[in-house]
Amino acid sequence: MSEQPKTIDTADSSPPPLRQVESKLTVVLRELRKAPLSAKFGLLVIVTYVFVALFAPWIAPYGEAEIVGNQFEEWSDEFLLGTDNLGRDMLTRIIFGARNTVGIAFLTTLLAFLLGGICGLLAAAIGGWTDQILSRIVDVLMAIPVLIFAMLLLTIFGQSVVNMVLIIGVLDSTRVFRITRAVSVNVVVMDFIESARLRGEGLGWITIREILPNIMPPLAAEFGLRFCFVFLTISALSFLGLGIQPPTADWGSMVRDTADLITFDDYTPLIPAMAIALLTIGVNFVVDWFLHKSSGLKDEH
Amino acid sequence: MNDIVRMLIQRISLGLLTLFVVSLIIFFSVSLLPGDAAQAMLGQSATEDTVNALRKQMGLDQPLHTRYFSWLGGILQGDFGVSIGNKREISELIGGRFANTLFLALYAAFIAVPLALVLGILAALYRNTWYDRSVNVVTLSSISTPEFFVAYILMLFVSVKWGFFPSLANVTLDTPILERMYRTFLPALTLTLVVVAHMMRMTRAAIINLLASPYIEMAALKGMTRRRIITHHALPNAWAPIINVIVLNLAYLIVGVVVVEVVFVYPGLGQLLVDSVSRRDLPVVQACCLIFAATYILLNLIADILSILTNPRLLHPK
Repeated sequence: MSEQPKTIDTADSSPPPLRQVESKLTVVLRELRKAPLSAKFGLLVIVTYVFVALFAPWIAPYGEAEIVGNQFEEWSDEFLLGTDNLGRDMLTRIIFGARNTVGIAFLTTLLAFLLGGICGLLAAAIGGWTDQILSRIVDVLMAIPVLIFAMLLLTIFGQSVVNMVLIIGVLDSTRVFRITRAVSVNVVVMDFIESARLRGEGLGWITIREILPNIMPPLAAEFGLRFCFVFLTISALSFLGLGIQPPTADWGSMVRDTADLITFDDYTPLIPAMAIALLTIGVNFVVDWFLHKSSGLKDEH
Repeated sequence: MNDIVRMLIQRISLGLLTLFVVSLIIFFSVSLLPGDAAQAMLGQSATEDTVNALRKQMGLDQPLHTRYFSWLGGILQGDFGVSIGNKREISELIGGRFANTLFLALYAAFIAVPLALVLGILAALYRNTWYDRSVNVVTLSSISTPEFFVAYILMLFVSVKWGFFPSLANVTLDTPILERMYRTFLPALTLTLVVVAHMMRMTRAAIINLLASPYIEMAALKGMTRRRIITHHALPNAWAPIINVIVLNLAYLIVGVVVVEVVFVYPGLGQLLVDSVSRRDLPVVQACCLIFAATYILLNLIADILSILTNPRLLHPK
């Protein structure tokens, strides 16, 4: 799991391989220099999070679930951000949270994209009944708000991280299906698809070699936005005590565990909440910039 | 006019159909379980007798379709069944709480809607100025923040540090309205901050889209004043998208209220839902989900109907 978050930033600024490496790299660097301040800030945030997630055990001063002091100790040199309701070091858990919370959200988004993307591509490429049936199923599933639906399914299947990843992955794949199908349908009617069909290419070739490359920019942007949405949903569930369970360090449940401190004029509960907010804001800034760059999508979303 | 009537009938029947299918999903997703609900809720260690007793209590010994229709029939008459946790009538648990949730959502909407419209229209008119850019950054940030972050910041500053408003929104059925508004101000403000950003971005986009269309340019070239262009030419066409945005956000408010209710310990439907999920009290969870989903679907339906009714192209056919 530790290596997955790395793809977050390569998805946005990937310098693809082989011959043209240098020229492409310089193009990317030039674009990065010209990027607005908000996008630079977003990239910095993402890179920092990925770094912290990858090297958590080396950065953190204590072990993830290690009880190192008394309950709710104040901020000190020994415990930079104090301790939580069980006497675990807050800073350590924030650092491990980068790995757990972000990693789980990333995995879920990946699942949603695999499922929704494949179904969306197939619906657009095959059309006819397949398209009708898939689209109607998605319409109905989308009529129920994700958080509410997820809670119902968690009650039925029981609360565990695996169940949550599967449930949110499937529920969110409906949104991915929608957008993949919508952009693919525009590509499917093009002449080069027709000629590929006439050449006798199979479904696999047409979807992967002809359609997919043409819908990558909107899908990449959608990946960023979906990640934010999934990340916020999972954090909300964990905050409500229905998501990632202790002793795994997770930002949503950390807010819940330390929430009482707010009434004593203490900032501690805001720190994990801020860690969540900062990442989603960062990703949003980068996506916003990417949308401006890659497509004519200027003001209408 | 016939076109409109036909579209409305189509849309309404589609909405009712969706509602029906969603009730099917909420009811039958329970049967996705390998065992049955009674077994799953009591766990592996339960004896056969207790499981059977619970089965009987939940009516699980009846065939599936009979159970669905008696469930749906009961709900249509306001009878949601009995909670497994405390054996109370679910309609009793829900009644006052749903009213509380609606109150909070409407309260937030009354602050959020005018604010979002004014900010959005201003951002569209003064496009690409520093005002527009800073509003863009601020709204993008607040859209991407979790509700509980906003909620705890407000709680820390407005309530704990400055002592303006109470940090917990405990109201009862007979709290007078002004007192109630005072106690629920912080949750309402949290919800406002969360939805205003989205609403104003969409308002801004709708207006900018319109102002870029050829007939607006034509009006400007004819020498019309800016005010007349906006009131006579832009606004009639802008109503549909703006109404859409407002109603969709109301739907979001009703649903997004779950987290905010938990933070402020507000006795609403969302809190009941969360409690019941952690207790695995299935009938209550189903009832809450159905109410939330129905509200969401109905509001979306209303948005569609209103945008059909305010569409100038449909109202004045060629």
